[in-house]
Amino acid sequence: MKRSSMYLRMITASLMRRRSRMLVALLSIAIGATILSGLVTVYYDVPRQMGAQFRSYGANLIMTGTDGAFTTEDMAKGLAAVPADALVGAAPFRYENVRIHEHPVVAAGTDMAGAMATNPFWRVEGEWCSSDGQLLVGKQIAESFRLKTGETLTLSYTPENTEAAEDVTLDLTITGILDTGGSEEEYVYLSLHDLETLTGEAGTLDVCELSVQAQAEELKQYAGQISNAAPGISAHLVKRVTASETTVLSKLQALVLLVTVVVLALTMICVATTMTAVVTERRKEIGLRKAIGASDKSIITEFMGESMLLGGLGGILGAGLGFVFAQQVSLRVFSSDIRFQWLIVPVTIAVCIIVTGLSSVLPIRSATEVDPALVLKGE
Amino acid sequence: MSLLELRNIYKIYGDLHALDDVSLTVEKGEWVSIMGPSGSGKSTMMNIIGCMDKPTKGEVLLDGVNIAKESAKNLTGIRRDKIGLIFQQFHLVNYLTAVENVMLAQYYHSMPDEKEALEALDRVGLADRAKHLPSQLSGGEQQRVCVARALINYPEIILADEPTGNLDEANEEIVVDLFHKLHNEGTTLIVVTHDPEVAEVAQRTLVLRNGKLHKEVINQNFTGKIQFEDRQEVQPHA
Repeated sequence: MKRSSMYLRMITASLMRRRSRMLVALLSIAIGATILSGLVTVYYDVPRQMGAQFRSYGANLIMTGTDGAFTTEDMAKGLAAVPADALVGAAPFRYENVRIHEHPVVAAGTDMAGAMATNPFWRVEGEWCSSDGQLLVGKQIAESFRLKTGETLTLSYTPENTEAAEDVTLDLTITGILDTGGSEEEYVYLSLHDLETLTGEAGTLDVCELSVQAQAEELKQYAGQISNAAPGISAHLVKRVTASETTVLSKLQALVLLVTVVVLALTMICVATTMTAVVTERRKEIGLRKAIGASDKSIITEFMGESMLLGGLGGILGAGLGFVFAQQVSLRVFSSDIRFQWLIVPVTIAVCIIVTGLSSVLPIRSATEVDPALVLKGE
Repeated sequence: MSLLELRNIYKIYGDLHALDDVSLTVEKGEWVSIMGPSGSGKSTMMNIIGCMDKPTKGEVLLDGVNIAKESAKNLTGIRRDKIGLIFQQFHLVNYLTAVENVMLAQYYHSMPDEKEALEALDRVGLADRAKHLPSQLSGGEQQRVCVARALINYPEIILADEPTGNLDEANEEIVVDLFHKLHNEGTTLIVVTHDPEVAEVAQRTLVLRNGKLHKEVINQNFTGKIQFEDRQEVQPHA
């Protein structure tokens, strides 16, 4: 039999045949590893989770034309520069002055589905427009003109740069009243196609609002890519949203990191205490091993092997339980599932092995100082 | 050259002279008993011969090497290579089986060999108990595992500290018989004991008193067999 086989046989026998003792040590490592891997999982998933939360605050990227208006083709090129899985929503807007009962108002032509995805905080009394021929009226406009959902409203438009004297009109059904608490309440929203019909001019846009799930640096990168994608457009970050998002994220991550470090320190203390107890109760065995010829190096190798095996097992257990812990935290705090980070498994195991090894250094060093003669006499 | 020679050995703890100018020689293949009351210095002498302690003064020549001057690291090596230890409390590793306990001595010495360890257990009559843990063995069986472990590396000396102190008469006889066999094979035995019956089976008995060598008795009728004066019957196994 090779020495390495005997070595493995000894350290596994020590763990397997002293189950009740080792279970306590394993438990202390596994609990530490669980909290550690759980917190690290949360730490890495916080940007995604918080990013999703922040997306409910509206667009964080704005696409505009370099010389005023831009075309829908330019918009399509710009949108292609953003990864599809990061794009939460894109809402193109074209603004035109129209009249309701001869009073001027601003009409915004948009893609209703995109506007809904980009602005989840918009509250609509009634329903969103689902097809052409429908209109969403801002709350202030609705109050000014005493408009109600279900009514038909005629929008009038005076074409510019034409000699035609007559206004163009379009009858639309009000499906909902828009309540945002902001300037949106001063507009009426209709489909882009209806606005183009009303104005007789197609294919141009004033602005496109994008909601992108990414952090500030990535957003800047996407903005650059969009600007490069088509010469007629440029993209800018909505700093109000991205700056606060970055601040909150960094503070939250710092908090989780701090807790992780504290847990790591506590785990080390706990493991060191456990290993000290393990070594103390095995002083006789260490004395015996030394009496029958074990060198200090052998004693260190054996105890370190046991500790590291214990650390590895605790790490495996902790990595699994940590995910369950992180999942519970995520479900309770963010109300969504957490992503399993495969990298955390080997990292947790490695950290556990290192922490257990480091925590065992002092107790194991003290083990080598055991005097075989004293121990074997029971003193 | 004697296998072991103690020259004017002192072991002093403060005012206490645990060993006080002790000199003795043990020849290769000899069976020597060391007797004496508690506090006479038996264990101190045992620790010094077993390379687990050093004398305050004097020389200890083991196979010509003065172990009194060796470093702790070298003493560990000498202990591993030349000495087989048997203890009163058996001292087996409780989570290793009988055969693994024997292999442990091989592991520290050179290379573990399960077949050879099983043969050693067979020699002490425990081949069928090889896979048992110490807690599943009787005291006598544990001591026999201890004997197998001590002899596995073919040591120059087997040093037994009260080897029968925790055994009943039946097991005491089994262990002494094992010593007899080892002696016949040429192994040098030094046995520390309180028990006169165990001491008297040796070729020579050294009696210590107050740290000094008080008396040396040569067993003229050496048989290597234990004689119980008032024994009625002997159980073959524990």
